[in-house]
Amino acid sequence: MEYFLQLFFSGLSRGSVYALIALGYTMVYGIIELINFAHGEIYMIGAFTGLIVAGVLTSLGWPVLSILAVGIIVSVLYSAAYGYTVEKIAYKPLRNAPRLAPLISAIGMSILLQNYIMLAQTPDFLPFPRLIPDFAFMAPYQSFLDTGDLFIISTSLVVMVALTLFIKFTRMGKAMRATAQNRKMAMLVGVNVDQVISMTFIIGSGLAAVGGVLIAAHVGQINFYIGFIAGLKAFTAAVLGGIGSIPGAVLGGLVLGWTESFATGYVSSDYEDVFAFCLLILILIFRPAGLLGKQRAQKV
Amino acid sequence: MKSRLLMTVLGVAMAGLLVVGCGKKEEQKAEATNATAPASNKLVLGVAGAQSGDLASYGLPTLNAAKLVAKDINAKGGVHGMQVEIMAMDDQCKPELATNAATKLVSEKVGIVIGHICSGATKAALPIYKDAKVIVMSPSATSTELTQNGSYPNFFRTISYDLLQGKAAATFVVDTLKLKKIAVIHDKGDYGKGFAESAKEALDNGKQAKVVMFEGITPGGVDYSAVVQKIKAAGADCVLFGGYHPEASKIVAQMHKKGLKVAFVSDDGVKDDTFIKTAGPDAEGVYATGPQILADNEVYKKAVADYKQAYGEEPGAFFPQAYAAAQALLNAVDKAGSTDYDKVVAALRKEYIETPVGKIKFDDKGDAEGVSFSVYQVKSGKYELVK
Repeated sequence: MEYFLQLFFSGLSRGSVYALIALGYTMVYGIIELINFAHGEIYMIGAFTGLIVAGVLTSLGWPVLSILAVGIIVSVLYSAAYGYTVEKIAYKPLRNAPRLAPLISAIGMSILLQNYIMLAQTPDFLPFPRLIPDFAFMAPYQSFLDTGDLFIISTSLVVMVALTLFIKFTRMGKAMRATAQNRKMAMLVGVNVDQVISMTFIIGSGLAAVGGVLIAAHVGQINFYIGFIAGLKAFTAAVLGGIGSIPGAVLGGLVLGWTESFATGYVSSDYEDVFAFCLLILILIFRPAGLLGKQRAQKV
Repeated sequence: MKSRLLMTVLGVAMAGLLVVGCGKKEEQKAEATNATAPASNKLVLGVAGAQSGDLASYGLPTLNAAKLVAKDINAKGGVHGMQVEIMAMDDQCKPELATNAATKLVSEKVGIVIGHICSGATKAALPIYKDAKVIVMSPSATSTELTQNGSYPNFFRTISYDLLQGKAAATFVVDTLKLKKIAVIHDKGDYGKGFAESAKEALDNGKQAKVVMFEGITPGGVDYSAVVQKIKAAGADCVLFGGYHPEASKIVAQMHKKGLKVAFVSDDGVKDDTFIKTAGPDAEGVYATGPQILADNEVYKKAVADYKQAYGEEPGAFFPQAYAAAQALLNAVDKAGSTDYDKVVAALRKEYIETPVGKIKFDDKGDAEGVSFSVYQVKSGKYELVK
């Protein structure tokens, strides 16, 4: 039973990070039907910003938890600025182009950002300070749930609840839902669609940055390439849950995290990815729109 | 009928284009040969390996070693009056880039190459060199089959191979550390898996310790806590890891987080200062096998001193092996009197040379005679020799 709980929580914390990143994919897809391949890079930039902030604040002698809080806030702002700019440069001019064009431009953006960080920072792995301390009250549960996991899970939970409330109850949230349903109609009733799209990129990038800082503080190292695999996994999670659906992204992330964790624990880590992708294929066979995706009739 | 005609015309036109295309290539090749032909007063030494990317710390010391040796030899008048020139090719340790690098070196008519750095990349590039009769010498590719299965007579190396490295690690775990339950983990790559398999074989044959777990992990994974939990559940008292430093430092950090404090023994992919830098305090106490270093060897001392003078830092991974490779290749060309393939190969197998890894020549399979592995441990942020 303890072994099961260990795997359950390690899957849950990994899944929460996948979910945080997947939210960005799914929100952007929901609104402009674009797979934003540069999203993983935004996650990576978030982690790098966190590292820089942590470095500066540590030398000023701040306590770790406040460094973590400030680090997350700064990297959210910084990554959001990146997300906003990427949208303005790479996607907005192509808004009415055929759908392949922004897709290629997204891949280009991803490669550009990766190489930019590699040149501007370093190609080496960098140590990331352990910003999540071990709380004393966690000691009895240490064997299956450490403070890092607890932190990742609870932060993700708070962020996701806040996002849901935002989308459900604010003006901007309503405008987002309207734009996702029908962009033209939303425009006709006076929604500023450009603003909504920018906001989507800003929020999505901010979420990715939270994930980036959390996982970097947990794992303890980063380099320019971490966004690729994390982005790929999160994209899988978004598709699994039904791309375009926000609860779907969260569910997809968790299901993916658990699948990987249990496959490693009970079968073999050799087959971690095999199980994850078999599950994806199975779900897409029986529910082509993903777990919580809406089955929509294609307009022909 | 009309459309069929159109298709035929198109088909012919395309075939024609292909022919024209081929013709053009021939021309370019001819031009390239003409361009390099008159420049016979220099000897080009190719250096291929990871010079950028996340494994650059393995490959850059090799490039610098080659530069140092070339500078030394050029100062003494070169090899038979030919000035040695270095041509660097980056493969980032990726097989697909390694074949590009090899093709480029071959098309530039380079006859001797130091490289590649990683086993997977070397394996991918070797067939290209073999067809072009290029002599390749790696300072670091330890995959057993590269020399031992005999398919690449053009390949040499100045480092020992995984079969022996895995055995050395297994022997160390059993005889010195006296541990009984071993979890063997690898990164599924040519190098890591090779090391892990040979270690497992040695452990199984020795019968003194039990392999409680043998598994591969996905390199670049977001985290490895699940596999760490599994190691813990298996009750292992030692983790033997085959792979490179990025994964090793993640695993060590997560082992400590999950309260798993058992010995961590790894390979020369982890015996790199970058590992200590990224793993930080978690690196303390980690064991790694690495090529034997002869600290009191005169050539080694001189090479390291030259390096520090030229680059102002400690030489990194595989520096002595790379220095030895550059010396051995250039010496063989010198003794052979030309860059003729057969003569140079014969010279490599016959002529002894004093290098930082000892006085070496190469056996029939291409392995340097007399080089082996030692075990090192991280003590206060530095690798120190154990035993």
